[in-house]
Amino acid sequence: MGDTFAIKILSRAAGKKVREGEIVFVEPDYILTHDNSSAIIGKFESTVPGARVKYPGRIAIVLDHVIPAASSKHAAGHKKVREFVKEQEIVNFYDIGTGVCHQVMPEVGLVKPGSIVVGSDSHTCTYGAFNCFATGIDRTEAAGIWITGRTWFKVPETINIELTGAFTGGVSAKDLILTIVGDVGAGGANYMAVEFNGPAVGGLRMCDRMTIANMGIEMGAKIAAFPTNIVTSKYFEALDIPVTDAVWSDFDAEYARTLEYDLENIVPVIACPHQVDNVVPVEKMAGMKIDQIFLGTCTNGRVEDLKAAADILRGERIHSSVRMLVAPASRTEYLKAMKMGVLQDLVSAGAVVLPPGCGPCLGAHQGALAPGEKCLSTANRNFKGRMGEKEAEIYLSSPETAAVSALTGKVRDPREVLK
Amino acid sequence: MNVFHYPQNDINTDLLFPGKYTYTCSTGPEIKEHLLEDLDASFAGAVQPGDIIIAGENFGCGSSREHPSLGLKHIGLKAVIASSFARIFYRSAVNQGLLLVQSPEAVEYYTKGDIVTVDPAAGEVRVGDRVFTFPSLPDEMLEILKDGGLLNHIKKQYVQGDEA
Ligand code: SF4
Repeated sequence: MGDTFAIKILSRAAGKKVREGEIVFVEPDYILTHDNSSAIIGKFESTVPGARVKYPGRIAIVLDHVIPAASSKHAAGHKKVREFVKEQEIVNFYDIGTGVCHQVMPEVGLVKPGSIVVGSDSHTCTYGAFNCFATGIDRTEAAGIWITGRTWFKVPETINIELTGAFTGGVSAKDLILTIVGDVGAGGANYMAVEFNGPAVGGLRMCDRMTIANMGIEMGAKIAAFPTNIVTSKYFEALDIPVTDAVWSDFDAEYARTLEYDLENIVPVIACPHQVDNVVPVEKMAGMKIDQIFLGTCTNGRVEDLKAAADILRGERIHSSVRMLVAPASRTEYLKAMKMGVLQDLVSAGAVVLPPGCGPCLGAHQGALAPGEKCLSTANRNFKGRMGEKEAEIYLSSPETAAVSALTGKVRDPREVLK
Repeated sequence: MNVFHYPQNDINTDLLFPGKYTYTCSTGPEIKEHLLEDLDASFAGAVQPGDIIIAGENFGCGSSREHPSLGLKHIGLKAVIASSFARIFYRSAVNQGLLLVQSPEAVEYYTKGDIVTVDPAAGEVRVGDRVFTFPSLPDEMLEILKDGGLLNHIKKQYVQGDEA
């Protein structure tokens, strides 16, 4: 029997053949932190006063969560980060406006096939789209890695997800991953790696891979990874980064489970409050009135997502009973959307464009909901209170579903418009 | 000793500590005020050192925010006993030095009013009249837990000169 991606990449990092269940110590290639860096700095400084970080070149910091600062307390946090970055000569620092960390990391070339990346953010698993072993850690552990340069992993078992076929009209990657999360359950892949295999992988765009890998954590997965192919080659060619360290599972790798999905059979779905695995066909929710639509986040804030919505909203008006917020995932995506006229279409239709960042996703600022309101969001989480108000309801969907629903102010099946 | 019993599955990090406070609260006392706010608003006022939480499957799923584990450690919670834990939370608890007990049997057996005690060294949890064993942590993690969390563990190594 052959080995999984997780076994192979961790064996390489550990310098020995590892087994599932074994604890290995590795030095991650990059450690991502964001606004929470200010708290991490506090931990770093109280643990080893006056020390230098072990590998300044491996630290990446992106200010994205509450930008521009929503209060003087947030501003003080940002200031502390900027000072620390100077002091410690951390070059991979991206100030407000660059974008959401998970979009920025690959854009600036810090995420490469075969790398091991950790981040003090649960959606660090997004970089599995780029063939990375990438996973979330907490602030304390990030401080620990700044000091020592290393951490531990338990070598996970792997769930194999085989994809065949192609999406039909009005259906996209978000519907696929929501369907998978609904089937596997919020804890169904706990402690495990998820691999995406099968002929349909070749037909997924980089943005699709990112949407899918991003939500690996919503089924509890440690990592959610894709193999390299022509799509990744093109992506890294454009960045002028040679792909030399890609890793993938053996054809006869041993998996804990294999699940099969034919993309042809995927329908538009929606995750209902207050759990991501509470997934139903959009059809079933059709007609439900919504108060706010949020298009953006590390899950669906790329230009392809914005364009999918703009294609639906071009020349139309968003219904007067609903407000629509759009946050491009990064400055680069923002600029692309500007150039393509996508933002022109969205704003003309009545959408409000927010700065490239997390925006209302985490409920800390911008676009807060009132008690009893319903939000249809392209984000990855609909937990109670997630958008700042526990008596509000969050529904998760694809950009296509969000956009068609904007036209009527009610949930609507995108296949009515997109055949 | 009080037992706080939340039998549902998938208690997520937003329920344990609302995301809206993530960047304005980071110390133990700040976190304490909002602990479990959207799950059980009376928890923060009632919890005492030595208390125990009992919960269902996939406890702590969602965000990587460490406020739940840090806050629970800060108030001196003895342990969280659950059927299973989400992995980032599990890791975070070790990093904070908070004891987690994975025992679906103990969770199942518990009824309101049972006295619950935990012996981490023996890997045993007593619920009323029954004793259940739970898998002990790998040695590397036990060291961290014993030292009172990851940063204390690292500090100790620094003092010993293990790390340069
Ligand atoms: S966009 Fe939302 S899910 Fe993504 S990193 Fe920001 S807060 Fe987290």
